[in-house]
Amino acid sequence: MKNEIVIGLEVHVQLKTKSKLFCGCSTEFGADPNANTCPVCMGWPGTLPVLNRRAVEFGMLAALSLNCEINQDIKFDRKNYFYPDLPKAYQISQYDMPLAEEGQVEVELDGEKAVVGIERLHLEEDAGKLVHSTAGAESYVDYNRTSVPLAEIVTKPDITSPEQAEVFLRSLKQRMEYLEVSDCNMEEGSLRCDANLSVRTPEGELGTKTEVKNMNSFKGVRKALAYEAQRQKKVLSSGGEVVQETRLWDESEQITREMRSKEEAHDYRYFPEPDLVPVKIDSKWQSEVKQCLPEMPEEKYERFQAEYDLSDEATQTLTASRPLADFFERALTGDVSPRSVSNLIIADLKREMNERDWTINDVNITPENLAALARMFEEDVISSNVCSELIAELVESGGDPEAIVEERDLKQISDAGELEAIIDEVINENPDAVEDIRSGADQAIGFLIGQVMQKTQGQADPGQARKMLQERV
Amino acid sequence: MSVVDQEISDLARLSRLNLTPEEEEELGEDLNEILEFAEKINEVDTEGIEPTYHALPVNNVFREDEVRPSPSPKPALENSADSVDGYFVVPRVIEE
Ligand SMILES: [Zn+2]
Repeated sequence: MKNEIVIGLEVHVQLKTKSKLFCGCSTEFGADPNANTCPVCMGWPGTLPVLNRRAVEFGMLAALSLNCEINQDIKFDRKNYFYPDLPKAYQISQYDMPLAEEGQVEVELDGEKAVVGIERLHLEEDAGKLVHSTAGAESYVDYNRTSVPLAEIVTKPDITSPEQAEVFLRSLKQRMEYLEVSDCNMEEGSLRCDANLSVRTPEGELGTKTEVKNMNSFKGVRKALAYEAQRQKKVLSSGGEVVQETRLWDESEQITREMRSKEEAHDYRYFPEPDLVPVKIDSKWQSEVKQCLPEMPEEKYERFQAEYDLSDEATQTLTASRPLADFFERALTGDVSPRSVSNLIIADLKREMNERDWTINDVNITPENLAALARMFEEDVISSNVCSELIAELVESGGDPEAIVEERDLKQISDAGELEAIIDEVINENPDAVEDIRSGADQAIGFLIGQVMQKTQGQADPGQARKMLQERV
Repeated sequence: MSVVDQEISDLARLSRLNLTPEEEEELGEDLNEILEFAEKINEVDTEGIEPTYHALPVNNVFREDEVRPSPSPKPALENSADSVDGYFVVPRVIEE
């Protein structure tokens, strides 16, 4: 079947080097305007750029993780255009000899797998930032971001739906995070995505494509592309023609609009950057970088499936981010079972993180803490309620769970003698419920267990209580 | 190869130069002479010769990823047409 929608993405990923691509200025976010600039990144006459080795290596890692071929000979070129965010009036980029080409990534959507080809990955410098005054006739320029290293990743037009575009971007982000080469935060601009989209005409031909820009979140990409596909289909079905143009996603109106300031036909007049010598990447260097490749998401997934007795869903959740997977594995100390550690992470820890909008790096509970809690829970020392409450507490403020349990006397009551008295009390106080159970309404037992839990401040072992209640009633 | 009038005015626009028709004509002649001169290089037989991308026979010049303190942006700001609160000020750029 022919695809109804054809999408190609152009993604810019900010590489997490400490210094800029061609000078020693810091890449730190949030400095005073223009504080992180120097004669090199400001393009003063007589200065010379020198290439940051780590930026090349980060780019190589990114390329390898996308299964690209690294080119042995690469060079940099000047892309010439005038814009106030570009102090040199050219951007140092790569034109015809990019860092890497011909990659591919497998994406999965609703259980269906597809391959998205990667056309190329090249290195380039970022531009500065423009702030527009709300009323006045001025724009303000901050060049701190100028020359921060970017990897531009161009996909082949292999993406067949807005949903698949979103899945691809999430997978790309996950890879870059695993590699620790970029934060890929769309809201903060460390990942930016433009898209080309066309739809099939009623005659079955592939229509004219438009470029969609200004999408600031993963969800935004999906919605913008869904809107644009719909718009093009409507134009075509009403007998109109799709105009080749750049359209901006308007988040507040949830529509794409034609860019008002028509870009003049660009002529970037690329030519080799004479201030930078070419780069040769021999097989020795490439294999050194390859050695630094960490276990990638799909490999980690396979290994978790093989090593730990976990559900498919749990494995997915744990391997979604490398820090979370590391946390899980560090918590597997002693003879605690992977399944109970996984359960605590997915049911309790994730909930606490979500409530606070935190990542695993923000929590104050350590993997050792979680292991101790899992052990106490497995050995019936604490109830699941106490366990959940302690996770919530430790996420917030940290501490030694074993000491807290001891100190506050949180051990669960599973001793039959101690429970018996409480169960007697509950049975005497709730004759109606007891009657219900006897006449076959089993759900009433849950009510009685609840009463027992209340009287013991959650310290009774609910399983034990159920067993004893059933015996008594 | 020679440049035509249209190319001269395109180049002028890309270079943000305001040229009078006389200047365009004059520059067109100059450019054509330069291009003719450069054409000479095409007379050399380069069959089987690896392209050269740089005048120096040097590869792989790098710096390590170390931060060096940036100098104060003050001189740049002071020498610009206009600045406010550490920003350079430019005529408003429409971006919608
Ligand atoms: Zn600099």
